[in-house]
Amino acid sequence: MGRETRYYGHLIRVAVVFGLGFLAFVIIRHSLVPTDFGVYGFYRAGALDDARALPISFAGRDVCEVCHVAVVESQKESRHTRVSCESCHGPLAKHASGEFNPKPKTLHPRELCLSCHVKMAGKYDGFPQVDPADHGGDFACTACHQPHQPKIAMETGKKK
Amino acid sequence: MDQDRRSFLTGAGKFIMLTGAASLAWDAVLNGTPDQAPNYDATAHWWAMTIDVDRCIGSGNCVRACKIENNVPDEPGMFRTWVERYQIRPDDPEHPIVDSPNGGHDGFAPIKDLPPGTKVFFVPKMCNHCVHSPCVQVCPVGATFESPDGVVLVDKSRCLGCRYCVQACPYGCRYIDPRTHTVDKCTLCYHRITQGLTTACAEACPTGARRLADLKSPKDPVHEFMRTHKVHVLKPQLATRPKVYYNALDGAVR
Repeated sequence: MGRETRYYGHLIRVAVVFGLGFLAFVIIRHSLVPTDFGVYGFYRAGALDDARALPISFAGRDVCEVCHVAVVESQKESRHTRVSCESCHGPLAKHASGEFNPKPKTLHPRELCLSCHVKMAGKYDGFPQVDPADHGGDFACTACHQPHQPKIAMETGKKK
Repeated sequence: MDQDRRSFLTGAGKFIMLTGAASLAWDAVLNGTPDQAPNYDATAHWWAMTIDVDRCIGSGNCVRACKIENNVPDEPGMFRTWVERYQIRPDDPEHPIVDSPNGGHDGFAPIKDLPPGTKVFFVPKMCNHCVHSPCVQVCPVGATFESPDGVVLVDKSRCLGCRYCVQACPYGCRYIDPRTHTVDKCTLCYHRITQGLTTACAEACPTGARRLADLKSPKDPVHEFMRTHKVHVLKPQLATRPKVYYNALDGAVR
């Protein structure tokens, strides 16, 4: 009897230590792993909402069109039809949501136009490019070209 | 044990019947706040992007818009998207010259003394949102993952900044944000596309070279684009299944 108790007691001590260790593991793991971890996969489901929480800076042309109907309509029919408003005017979601009222910042007409239209190898055929050294002199591009309808109506008499 | 048989069966039934997004929405409904239930159905989308190399003019609009929209640090070498310029000269076609001054953020300067017959083109680069992303596979803490709608995202609250994923990405699309010391990368403007907007880079692109695509939507013009153009992806041999589809991609681009 005595001999056997000593033997079992040894096993019980091992089992208790193992059990406590396992319990500690479960408790620590429970406190460290977020509750929504693993809903979709090996990541925190709330991270999807975190990624969506960022504020928007660029409103998009559809939002601009709500107020600035005429200018967006005319621009849509021009050669600049693919260029969205905020490509040139900068991010204006705050302006669209009414958070700030002042007008969008004035643009530097020469630098801005040349950021796309400077003559450079690598642009596709038919893309209008100018060498600033021999086109326009010191005039601002907007002295001749209207950015929302950039093609100067000379031949057709119709702006396009 | 605070769980009786009824609550266990209810929970188990809910888990089986409404997995994922639906179960989260159901929680919001039960809490009496159904308006806060996530109404964006991630399973209805499969986001990708198409880039038309022929139409890129190297204006750098996408790089600038991305930095503004996503609050990317204004330091050199930290980009969620950038533009590279390739020059393939006739005397040495095996070794294309690639430049990307500040990632194309400030545009490109015209090349001086360009030999005649040189092929020059611009290639916008970004996270390819791979279906089998090496960066996701190596993350030890589940801080980066492929979302149910096909976007590779980073959970900044779990990221340790171990840089394993930075090394794993074959496209070099990740950087460590010096402000938070966590990894950062293109999210395909997840905050925009889940609200029906396009990405900031596609919005700002003046020639329409970059377009957001929802491969699960039958109405998306991407299907027409894929049919009518010869599209290719970067490094297909790595079997990561990238989802940024390039039209007119030259073999010299790595």
